[in-house]
Parts: sequence; structure tokens; C-alpha cells
Amino acid sequence: MSTETSAQGQPIASTHPAAVSVAGVSKVFAARKGADVTALEAVDLTIAPGEFVSLIGPSGCGKSTLLRLIADLDSPTSGSIEVFGKTARQARIDQAYGIAFQQAGLLPWRTVRANIELPLELHKVGKADRAARSSELLALVGLLDFADKYPDQLSGGMQQRVAIARSLAESPGLLLMDEPFGALDEMTRERMQTELVRICAETGAAVVFVTHSIPEAVFLSNRVVVMSPRPGRIRDVIAVDLGRAEGRDEGLREADSFFEAVVAVRESLHGEPAGASAVRGVDQR
Amino acid sequence: MKQSASMPRTILAPILLGVLAVALWQLAVVVLEIKPFVLPSPVSIATEFSSSVSSVWTASLVTGANALIGLLIGAIVGIIAAIIATVLPLTDELSAPLVAAASVIPIVALAPVFYTMFGADKETARQLVAALAVFIPVYLNTLRGLRQARPVHRDLMRAYGASAWQSTRAVTLPGAVPFLFIGLRIASSLAVISALIGEYFGGPIGGLGKSITSAAASSNYSLAYAYVLGAILLGLVFYVVTLGLEKLVSPHRASVSTP
Ligand SMILES: Nc1ncnc2c1ncn2[C@@H]1O[C@H](COP(=O)(O)OP(=O)(O)OP(=O)(O)O)[C@@H](O)[C@H]1O
Ligand SMILES: [Mg+2]
Repeated sequence: MSTETSAQGQPIASTHPAAVSVAGVSKVFAARKGADVTALEAVDLTIAPGEFVSLIGPSGCGKSTLLRLIADLDSPTSGSIEVFGKTARQARIDQAYGIAFQQAGLLPWRTVRANIELPLELHKVGKADRAARSSELLALVGLLDFADKYPDQLSGGMQQRVAIARSLAESPGLLLMDEPFGALDEMTRERMQTELVRICAETGAAVVFVTHSIPEAVFLSNRVVVMSPRPGRIRDVIAVDLGRAEGRDEGLREADSFFEAVVAVRESLHGEPAGASAVRGVDQR
Repeated sequence: MKQSASMPRTILAPILLGVLAVALWQLAVVVLEIKPFVLPSPVSIATEFSSSVSSVWTASLVTGANALIGLLIGAIVGIIAAIIATVLPLTDELSAPLVAAASVIPIVALAPVFYTMFGADKETARQLVAALAVFIPVYLNTLRGLRQARPVHRDLMRAYGASAWQSTRAVTLPGAVPFLFIGLRIASSLAVISALIGEYFGGPIGGLGKSITSAAASSNYSLAYAYVLGAILLGLVFYVVTLGLEKLVSPHRASVSTP
């Protein structure tokens, strides 16, 4: 954990409450003409502090919906969600999590630095502290030289790195990420994955990470949650034991344990032994 | 980079075209012996313009001041009204038919009414006409801009637990700025046109509109055209200043062209 206090200065490292606790959650989207969509049904999931959990599953199985419920950007139809022992709403108001979406969602009229400082500014962090923190984060994502550029002067990958730096601004104990690397090329993607593993090891943050890529999920996670569609349910939770985050590096991608975990996730996704036809919407890389 | 590379083309081409058109005009007037009350030659207009430049300048100041006051009032009221309509959708529903009606009637047609209301010896009527003409495009474009907020930005502000006022200031207002300037650019020309045409319907003398009519009435056609030239320049100044303001306020949009 870095030494400076988080913006809100809240103690979140306590091991007692789970980082995320989802109990019996369902989400029904009411559509016109009564054609309701059950996006999630009876979902239970508990995530420990510092744990990295990936959500994977075919398109439309409710991964983004589950993430949005945890973030309190939407509320569940039934069931309850707690984040660090608080209601999702209270956790959102207390800034218990940082969030990054598939779209970087930067404000085009702000510089890279000002974008990263946005949450700090909204929460009344002083100017000097903001500058110090944003410099730290810029260095972390390797964009110090671009601090004063505007988003339209950056590549898609760089914008995404800014968005990730922004999500880390308040040193949250929980990171929610919805396909943050979806738009990146394979090389950048692998580098960002390695960086993310390092960042999480450094900050001790728990992560809920939505992805379509099996190798990505396996490389990053302590556990991979496999979901199935219509209605969205958790089909399987696969523990990946690749050692603690500090030990993960590029070499791991070639290790046997890595491939074993990939096969296990793939089999679970297909609902049958590996080698069967690809599941739609899931990246087989 | 790209912009500066195409500079010669984007600037030189219209200038060349303009010079060519003026030359043809001069040639036509001389060769066809067109009477000055039909169309004075560019040379005689230019001569008249330079000899009476001080009176054109004074007239431009009068009309320009009216246009500027109208532009400021109309823009400020338009922006505030758009914000209110965004915050309270009911006001928008109630005022929508009114705004639609106002955007089809020619505002200058109200000038005679305003002269009787505010007195024919005051500039108020003209400023009001300009303000009304400015209000419509500023209001409509700002409103559109304020409703433009992207869902991902809205989610982000909610995730930060930002108050309504905070997200308005951080996301909604800056996002509406480019739209506001679209409205202002239209409005800047409208302000000058309305203030000038407003003079045709009465009020004190001294402005460009009155000067054009009195010069034409005394058969001094070159002078009338000199004032028209002044009006064109005035409109250009308003437009260019608005454009410059836009570049100043949102510099990153301009900075795309810098390396
Ligand atoms: N706001 C909404 N209104 C109505 N239906 C919705 C809404 N959001 C999601 N849904 C529906 O809920 C289901 C799950 O959507 P969700 O976006 O969570 O899927 P996903 O697993 O994230 O898919 P993808 O991998 O394509 O991003 C889909 O059938 C979708 O149509
Ligand atoms: Mg999704």
C-alpha cells in the first residue's frame, strides 16, 4: 500500500468484512409490452479484500449488469449487495471503489492530468496534494510526458491507461473494471495486464474484472467466475492458483499451470470437455 | 499542421475569387455604362468609403453598440433559460411552443411596436430586437448541448457520488460549450443584421441603417454603398471575434493543428 492516505482517509484494509458480498441478487429489466429481461438470477458471490476475481461468459450473460449493481449505478430487483460491510449505496458515496469502463470516458476539455485529478477535485482534495497524487499515477501508467496533453491527442491505449490511473486516484480498496483492455492491441494488452497485477500487488486492492478473454482472466485472477446467459447465472467458480500476484510475470504465460487453468475455464464455459465448438462471444485467445 | 498546410488554399482561393469578382464588376459598370443609382462601380464606392471613413466609423459604432448590447443580453438570457429548461423540464415543455413560434416570426417585424413601447428617440427598441434575435439560436443550441451528456460520463459522476451541481459544473456545462458557440456564431451575425434593419423602422439617426437610407434618399448611391461596406465589415468583426473567443475558451480543439 502506498504511504499517503486515501482521499477519504478511510480504513478499508480490515479483513473482517468481505470486499464484496452479493447475496441472492436478481435483476430484471422491465421492457415494454411485458417482455422483461432477466439479466441476473440468484447470484451469490463473495470477494475477499485484496482478491482478484474475473467475470467471464458469453455476451449478454449479465457481467456488466453485475458490475453496475456492485457500483450502485443500478439497483438489484431482489437480493442484497454489500461492499466492505456497507450497502452498495453507502459504499459508492464513501468512495469505496474506483471504476473503469470499456470506454475510457475521459473529459475531452480536460488535460490528462486534470482528468486524473477529477475525482480528487470533486472530493475537495487540496491542489498540492492533487498534483502530487496525479504525478505519482502518471508515472505508474507511464504517461508523465503526456500530463498536459488533451485526450484527443492520445492513442486509445493511452486514454485507457489514463482512465485506469483515474480509477486508482483515491487508492480504493476495490476496483471495478468492465473490459478495460477490450479496445487495446494484444501487445499493449499484455503489458497492461502485467502492470495491473503489479498495481494490485502494490495497493492491495480487490478487483472485479469483466473480460471476454480466457487467458486474460486466468493470468490476472485468483478466481474466475464463469457465467451463463438467459437468465444470467454463475455457472462455476474456478480457483486459479498461480501464486501470489508479486510472482506473476511474463514467464507465467508459458507455464503448465497457466494452461491447465485456461483449459479448466474453457471447459466450464462450454459446459463440456474442451475441444468443442467455441462459445459465442468468448474470445479464445 | 494539416490546417497550416492548406492555409494558402483556404485563404488565397476566396481572396482571388473576390478580387476577380470585383474586377468583373468594375469592368461591367464601365463597359455597360451602368448608371450609379443602379449599381455604382467598386472604385467609386472605395473612393467614397475612404473619403467618408470617419462618418462610416461613427455610424458603425452606433449600430455596433446596439448589436453588442443585444448580443450580450440575448446570449446571457438564452444561456440562463437553457439551464433552467434543463433543470426544470416543465419550463421547457411550457415554453417550447413559444420558442418555436418566435423562431419563425421575423423578429425585426416587432421593431415598430418596440419604438412605440420604449420611445422613438431611444436605441432600446433596436437593442431589444437584436437581443430577441440572438436569444433563439443561443437558447436552442445551448439546450441541445446541455442534453448531450454521454452515459459513461453520467455513470462516472454517479460513481464519484458527485452532487447535481458538481456534475453540472464538471460535465454538463463544459460539454455544452461547443454547442453554445455554434449558437453564438449564428447569433453574432444576427445581432448586427437585426440592429441595422431595426433602424429602418424608425428611431434616432446616426446608425448604419439610417445612414444607408438617407444617403440613398439623397441619391448619393456611392455613399450608401460605402455604409453597406461598413455594415459588412461590422458583421465580419462580430463573427471573427466570436470565433476567436471560441478558440480561446476551448483551446484544445484548436491545438489539434499544433504539432
Ligand atoms: N439498461 C438496460 N435495459 C434493458 N435491458 C438491459 C439493460 N442493460 C442490460 N440489459 C440486458 O441485460 C442482459 C445482460 O446485459 P449485460 O450488459 O450485463 O451483458 P454482458 O454480459 O455485459 O454482455 P457483454 O459481454 O456483451 O458486455 C442483456 O440481455 C441486456 O440486453
Ligand atoms: Mg458488458
